[in-house]
Amino acid sequence: MKIMVAVKRVVDYAVKIRVKPDKSGVDTTNVKMSMNPFCEIALEEALRIKESGAASEVIAVSAGPAQSAETLRTGLAMGADRAIHVETGGAALHPISVARILQALVESEKPGLLILGKQAIDDDCNQTGQMVAGLLKWPQGTFASKVILDKERQVATVEREVDGGLETLCLNLPAVITTDLRLNQPRYATLPNIMKAKSKVIKKVTPEDLNVEIKSDLQVVQISEPPKRKAGVILSSVDELIDKLKNEARVL
Amino acid sequence: MDRRRLSQLFFKFSSHRIRFLSPKYEPSTPISGTIGRFRESLNQSCKAYSGSRQGFPAFRAPNLSVNHAMQLRRICSGTIEVQRNPSFSEITSDDIQHFVEILGEKNVVQDEDRLLAANTDWMRKYKGSSKILLLPNTAEEVTQILQYCNRRCLAVVPQGGNTGLVGGSVPVFDEVIINLGSMNKIISFDNVSGILVCEAGCILENLDAFLANQGFMMPLDLGAKGSCHIGGNVSTNAGGLHFIRHGSLHGNILGLEVALPDGTLLDMLGSLRKDNTGYDLKHLFIGSEGSLGIVTKVSILTPSRPSSTNIAFLACKDYLSCQNLLVEAKRSLGEILSAFEFLDSDAMDMALTHLEGVRNPLPPSLYNFYVLIETAGSDESYNKAKLEAFLLSSMEDGIISDGVVAQDINQANSFWRIREGITEALIKAGAVYKYDLSLPVKNIYDIVEEMRSRLGESAKVVGYGHLGDGNLHLNVSTPIYDDAVFTKIEPFIYEWTSKHQGSISAEHGLGLMKANKIHYSKSSESVQLMASIKKLLDPNRILNPYKVLPSSMLFND
Repeated sequence: MKIMVAVKRVVDYAVKIRVKPDKSGVDTTNVKMSMNPFCEIALEEALRIKESGAASEVIAVSAGPAQSAETLRTGLAMGADRAIHVETGGAALHPISVARILQALVESEKPGLLILGKQAIDDDCNQTGQMVAGLLKWPQGTFASKVILDKERQVATVEREVDGGLETLCLNLPAVITTDLRLNQPRYATLPNIMKAKSKVIKKVTPEDLNVEIKSDLQVVQISEPPKRKAGVILSSVDELIDKLKNEARVL
Repeated sequence: MDRRRLSQLFFKFSSHRIRFLSPKYEPSTPISGTIGRFRESLNQSCKAYSGSRQGFPAFRAPNLSVNHAMQLRRICSGTIEVQRNPSFSEITSDDIQHFVEILGEKNVVQDEDRLLAANTDWMRKYKGSSKILLLPNTAEEVTQILQYCNRRCLAVVPQGGNTGLVGGSVPVFDEVIINLGSMNKIISFDNVSGILVCEAGCILENLDAFLANQGFMMPLDLGAKGSCHIGGNVSTNAGGLHFIRHGSLHGNILGLEVALPDGTLLDMLGSLRKDNTGYDLKHLFIGSEGSLGIVTKVSILTPSRPSSTNIAFLACKDYLSCQNLLVEAKRSLGEILSAFEFLDSDAMDMALTHLEGVRNPLPPSLYNFYVLIETAGSDESYNKAKLEAFLLSSMEDGIISDGVVAQDINQANSFWRIREGITEALIKAGAVYKYDLSLPVKNIYDIVEEMRSRLGESAKVVGYGHLGDGNLHLNVSTPIYDDAVFTKIEPFIYEWTSKHQGSISAEHGLGLMKANKIHYSKSSESVQLMASIKKLLDPNRILNPYKVLPSSMLFND
């Protein structure tokens, strides 16, 4: 069985985001870009399933500009067997377009499992996994915090963190799984794996090759920063605190 | 007088013996148990000071007030003998009133909790008993305080972030603490030349964050960056993690403003790269640990911030491989190499055991050494390719046994966390004896191995540091402070370092811990000249007393 993992190139988690002055988007010039942390977790899970013997190949896929190949290279250095890069140039990609691209890739590669991060930390959409499951008419286990694959019965057991506890689902394969933060701790790219990754193939395709039209019914109107937090004050007595809570914050 | 008699006298009058305080040490330890150690260390001191004209200061007729004469401190290990200089005054209510007039009520702190924090060093090893903490807001206020203290002969201790590791930033006895934390304003930044002028109390990390927005960075970075002040960095000539790239503060500091005990505010706040007019006085204050003046403003040259940083965490099978890797890294990565740090497997174990959330990036194995290499430059893909090519060829040559390359900032931070967290891990592990040695790179690890065989099972010896700069942090960790261990370390470690033409303080300074040890690294002529300079600038010796230079050279005439 093959496992396909979608990975996205995003502004590094640790970078302080700067909004462009015209509010059209986030400034990404000279900004460190990395693999979306949830995608890292998705890839790690796929690699663990493969290492347990339940899968034979892990394919990392990404859609985006030329530099997305670097993110795929990271995926290969982590241990993915090969990669597919759907070059979309500078076009804005919304979840529905990515879902259609993934649908086309799944139809040609025929993996038994598609794993994605539950959301990307840049747009926080949390839609792609659900949409592609719908397009493929596959069962989906979202926000997975534990995944167990039964090769014999061709089912995946997925634990999900829901309000107040855990929900356990049993999915028939093929299926879509999206990963939550606590599923695993991704590995580092080791030198031997970085060396091996150099000889692995990143196949380049275009949306046209996949017969996918990049379009969306959505238009981003504006991106703006959250309001700046005001500086705190140090009070000298409990009475003063009570006074402030009553008269300024009005919570008492 | 025979030595026995002397030691009794010493015990009776020499009151304040400063001891390493440890949270694990019982306050109720009987004093009688320490007398033997008094004698033993006294004998050593007699030896050490036998050449001194005036003899050991403790034998001078004591003229101490009752308050200070009979007070005895708890002892752990590593006794440092200091007697309160009897010529210093004790603080009176008139003094406090005067400080209130200069600074205002709220900047004269007598609150016990706040004083406790200011009296105790970060490691909780050194503790003074000051009754007053002053928080000036301007250089003029610092000058007024100093002038007054000088007139009244009140000893003072300048304090920044209080993150020092040699007991230099806390009082020894009842010195007035002058903390510059309120002087934290950025005065100017020139984004053409990269010259930053700011007050001494600015926190290093805040300055770096400010510069990041301008596309620049601080030329120094160290584990304590979140607390330490730039004034303290300058006063201690702090080194840190990027020394290999940006060099010493002696090169990066362009100017200083310093308050002197006589009330002069010495303006050397130039912001020129080149200035050969007369003696370059600012260098006297860089690294003099607040013993000559109090740094109030700093002008510092800041480099452009590299847009791309890459970090690799590597394993080497032996020390020779680390050394070879350094040579190769300098050759192949020269223009982008920004850090070359090493730690041994014992240091790694410390970090893994005592720090929360830290994991070994490499598969648990029998690696003896780890090296952290950071490169910084302007072109992400070029730098990454260059680093990877270097690492792969080093691996093929067998210099590196294994390694990982950070793929995002989070991973990079987790590598740094291991290296930067060792100090913290050691504190959590129990008692720690810290040594900060400069040695020829090829000898660096010999002392760690010698120390290990000397101490055997009684202690854990940990070696790490800035390999690229020939700077070893040798730490000995024991569950509690133990004299038996201490006497095996000192003076052996200093003698060994001296024999190998090293320095007993690479970047931490001398502070209280090593004031009497300066002879191991400096000729007596040099130390004599230092004492003359000290007496010239600080005639009443009120500034950070008992530190940097041996008290015997300053308080006996």
